[in-house]
Amino acid sequence: MSGSCVPFQVGDLVKVTQMFPLGHNRTPRYIMGHTGEICQVVGEFANPEELAYGRKGFPKKMLYRVRFDQASIWPEYGGAPQDKLEIELYQHWLAPASNRGVKT
Amino acid sequence: MSIDHGHVHNHGPAAKDHDDSLTYWRAMEIALRELLIEKRIFSADAVRSAVEAMDSRTPENGARLVARAWIDPGFKARLLADGSTAAQEMGFEVGTLKLMVIENTSSVHNLVVCTLCSCYPRMLIGLPPTWYKSPAYRKRAVREPRAVLREFGTVIPDNVEVRVHDSTADLRYMILPLRPSGTEGWTEEQLVPLVTRDSLIGVTAARMPARS
Repeated sequence: MSGSCVPFQVGDLVKVTQMFPLGHNRTPRYIMGHTGEICQVVGEFANPEELAYGRKGFPKKMLYRVRFDQASIWPEYGGAPQDKLEIELYQHWLAPASNRGVKT
Repeated sequence: MSIDHGHVHNHGPAAKDHDDSLTYWRAMEIALRELLIEKRIFSADAVRSAVEAMDSRTPENGARLVARAWIDPGFKARLLADGSTAAQEMGFEVGTLKLMVIENTSSVHNLVVCTLCSCYPRMLIGLPPTWYKSPAYRKRAVREPRAVLREFGTVIPDNVEVRVHDSTADLRYMILPLRPSGTEGWTEEQLVPLVTRDSLIGVTAARMPARS
């Protein structure tokens, strides 16, 4: 399943799509399948998955900063319960989510 | 005098040169560079001056932004809203990448890592330290940030949130550390040396002022 085309807003819950396209991408595996909250709509940027192969990067992709609870990413997380991780993710890697919760 | 210069000890093997291994990527870089120079796409002098420009960027550039933000609330607001424009306002040319400045507060301590490679605000503060590029830092900073911070001598109390920023895409992150106590009334010039490279990455706090 690929991500959503509908723009997200700050506060929206999103789930990072698990997909393993061949070639370059900027979504680390550790975050795939996890649900977080949009904390910033950064703007549109040339798609790095196209740029990496000398193409123009069009269509541009909306980039978001997404916030996750550390404890939801790492089952063995040893820090404080309020610790967070923020990461930049592109539109096509995100799907709407209705609730937080563990990776499915 | 004998050939062992008159005393007995063991010098051990000579230290290894840093550039003694012609790796695949190093050979590729040299081949590509020489080819492009030969084809007059750019000159050797242009390569040299690009390296020189990179080397001239130092963490002090970031320290200047931080010191200004500490004494000027208006500048601080602009720096947090749009790091690139605020940097340009102070005369720094930061190119097209977006500089994102994240503020440490009494309730949130921030830390920067690039798990995928070594994204870093090079356009402002130059090249990252070697440890920043190491697989160990890149893996551990996201999954056990408090343990990594402790190794830098930075102990964050449990009631303070640790927030890790994984720099995966088009933003380049710099931390605005907390202003150290005991610096009330200090000038910008006095504050600049308190802001270290590591405090801009978030692995340490800013330096405390020396006791007089």
